[in-house]
Amino acid sequence: MTYTDYVTGEPVADTKAPAGPVAERWDKRRFEAKLVNPANRRKHTVIVVGTGLAGGSAGATLAEQGYHVVQFCYQDSPRRAHSIAAQGGINAAKNYRNDGDSVHRLFYDTVKGGDFRARESNVHRLAQISVEIIDQCVAQGVPFAREYGGLLDTRSFGGVQVSRTFYARGQTGQQLLLGAYQALSRQIAAGNVEMHPRTEMLDLIVVDGRARGIVARDLITGKISTYFADAVVLASGGYGNVFYLSTNAMNSNATAIWRAHRRGAYFANPCFTQIHPTCIPRTGDHQSKLTLMSESLRNDGRIWVPKAKGDDRPPNRIPEDERDYYLERIYPSFGNLVPRDIASRAAKNVCDEGRGVGPGGQGVYLDFADAIRRMGRKAVEAKYGNLFDMYQRITDEDPYEVPMRIYPAVHYTMGGLWVDYDLQTTIPGLFAIGEANFSDHGANRLGASALMQGLADGYFVLPATINDYLARNPHQEPVTDRHPVVQEALAETEDRLNLLLSVDGDRTPDSFHREVGELLWEFCGMARTDAGLRKALERIPQIREEFWRRIKVPGTGEEFNQSLEKANRIVDYLELAELMCLDALHRAESCGGHFREESQTPDGEAARRDDEFAYAAAWEFTGTGEAPTLHKEDLVFEYVHPTQRSYA
Amino acid sequence: MKLTLRVWRQRDADAEGAMSPYEVDGISSDMSFLEMLDVLNEQLILAGEDPVAFDHDCREGICGACSLVINGDAHGPERTTTCQLHMRSFKDGDTIDIEPWRAAAFPVIKDLVVDRSAFDRIIQAGGYITAPTGAAPEAHATPVPKPDADFAFEHAECIGCGACVAACPNGAAMLFTSAKVNHLNVLPQGAPERETRVLDMVAQMDEEGFGGCTLAGECATACPKGIPLVSITSMNKEWLRATRKVAKR
Repeated sequence: MTYTDYVTGEPVADTKAPAGPVAERWDKRRFEAKLVNPANRRKHTVIVVGTGLAGGSAGATLAEQGYHVVQFCYQDSPRRAHSIAAQGGINAAKNYRNDGDSVHRLFYDTVKGGDFRARESNVHRLAQISVEIIDQCVAQGVPFAREYGGLLDTRSFGGVQVSRTFYARGQTGQQLLLGAYQALSRQIAAGNVEMHPRTEMLDLIVVDGRARGIVARDLITGKISTYFADAVVLASGGYGNVFYLSTNAMNSNATAIWRAHRRGAYFANPCFTQIHPTCIPRTGDHQSKLTLMSESLRNDGRIWVPKAKGDDRPPNRIPEDERDYYLERIYPSFGNLVPRDIASRAAKNVCDEGRGVGPGGQGVYLDFADAIRRMGRKAVEAKYGNLFDMYQRITDEDPYEVPMRIYPAVHYTMGGLWVDYDLQTTIPGLFAIGEANFSDHGANRLGASALMQGLADGYFVLPATINDYLARNPHQEPVTDRHPVVQEALAETEDRLNLLLSVDGDRTPDSFHREVGELLWEFCGMARTDAGLRKALERIPQIREEFWRRIKVPGTGEEFNQSLEKANRIVDYLELAELMCLDALHRAESCGGHFREESQTPDGEAARRDDEFAYAAAWEFTGTGEAPTLHKEDLVFEYVHPTQRSYA
Repeated sequence: MKLTLRVWRQRDADAEGAMSPYEVDGISSDMSFLEMLDVLNEQLILAGEDPVAFDHDCREGICGACSLVINGDAHGPERTTTCQLHMRSFKDGDTIDIEPWRAAAFPVIKDLVVDRSAFDRIIQAGGYITAPTGAAPEAHATPVPKPDADFAFEHAECIGCGACVAACPNGAAMLFTSAKVNHLNVLPQGAPERETRVLDMVAQMDEEGFGGCTLAGECATACPKGIPLVSITSMNKEWLRATRKVAKR
């Protein structure tokens, strides 16, 4: 049986969201969830993997509640997780602007923005919690931008028409993360969190069907150890780095979630990746990562390309009537503020037509000349100064004088481990939060919603729902290294690393990563076709086979060995890439970030097919290269009626 | 460009280290400094040698992981992080010295990688506002004057990279510590712990083995985020004020 001959198994259902009006479900669930007696909490150990917005806030909050938390990050400090790089802001339905915002509107915008592939119950909860997040962060001392009266400032962000985005200049992620990190630090000092930096999770330990621990490697000594707990929380982020070039940090990886998937956790909507429209174009083959420019730039910058193909005049010499402000032309009411997927695809289209600018024609202009004329250079500087500086540092061009060049890049993954309303995966006791799960953004995430979801999950949702699991499983048998399951997980991990070290081939880990990444970008990137995906699915097993024949990893496993870390992550990318392509192949509709060329409207917009595909696709692992089993979760829309998205 | 690199190689924390020379060719001026090191490492792996270990992650100047002393300067010749330094700052034929952060409180782990966990312990000593999840009042209940909010933000920008320590002739961590003290102490939310925060963080800083401050000013020159030297003065003021206040109690 080949990989594409997948079978459809039993549907998967979210059994935790209560029935009844959507606005009452979260209150109802919190009331129904069992509680753990405060005196008993310290007897429970919870493992948290990752210290980004989701993991940092969850670790701190669980420890405040009295649980014993054992937490891990691969970075040298929990302060460095990649949430730190989020620039733009965080949404919250505070309606401080009195501009018609409400919890229901944020809920509505998020379901619609996600192109009707997200679960209503989860999204509504997210919108409700958004207001508490701002309160919490302000209390922690997060220095949000403020007005002269001392109150919080907000701005509008791609894809919405209200001003609900709170921000801290272009460093909102950094400031929110430091807030969570500081709360976590307080709990580390208090002895409630046992923190293991420079330690990477390499496998999940499942005993009697329940998640009971992890196998992890100390990245300094290379020592592989086991850690046991009553529940395991994965907050290890997204898997965008499978593309090699992305805006993710270099070491962000999919190993924690992929290993959990191999142990039985379903992986949902793996093909839903977000390609962000405003990134700095690549300059050559040496490129190691791509840098995002906050999409807040689209509030004042105007996107254009020359009307004529192959027009290579410098931008300032192209007269106004020979420019095509294509977003304003195609989408007059949203203009440059259309959602990310639409902006990205439009950029790809004009570049494919031969009207792209810069090296290789892979870029479009983002022009601030009008904004500078209208607001003055000073005001533009105050609003975007740090972004302009960053652009200039990387490209050596002055965006105050010459329009910026931008091009889409992989930025975020909406897919992830399937979770129910409690954020529990299909393995009891294993929870996934933040970008690591699939829950809230459907097929496309709106700007400034990732920070909101990470903190909602970590500060408020998980700490409430994990209680229920622990209360229902108060006395789990202790697990030790002698348990056969643990022995097996340890042996598998050691064997894998030893094999990587022993091949001694002639290709570096990066060369394989680049190869599979380029393949995905071409066939599972901004536009996908049946034929292209099949080609990728044919090629991936070949790359995998070659990998195990030709990989070269210097050094040993008993030392600080960054090549070994990389190679081991690529092992998982080579499987994940295959699942992404299969998911993209099976979903023969266009929705959100997933654009299938076969499924478009006459005017070239994405054509969703709700009759066939109004479900989340949750895949069950059956073996490397073996056809996985598809479990569908039907999506029911009671409050936001599915319509073809229109931003015209 | 063709370059000669002289790189600090040290097998592990206990081993002796030394500068080793390497040649790299075909370096483009658009590459970042770390992409240039990637080229070197690809070369070394294929030659069967141990690649150079260095810390890096976001490569966009915000995570604070990268930490190289380049030709004697923390983060190199530009006022930015190593990852945002580009090869256009160098010329064909240059010889470039690359070393790890040098400070007693930052022991070398391997090659260019150092242990900065002392910074985490300084934050753990008091670099936070006690606000357990769920206990927060409505965000607009306490307005913060814009100048104070801006002052807090400018100090909160610190990325914890440690360049200030590496640049300081005394290996002091005053700029790092003052950035967090000033960020939190100026805010109304930080007021209840204002005294204990500065006293505990400074005590922890001393315990970690960082040197004393002689106002050499190298820290602020090296800081990629522009935390100003006067930040240290503000912290000293906070410390004196707290000492007096606690003595009175």
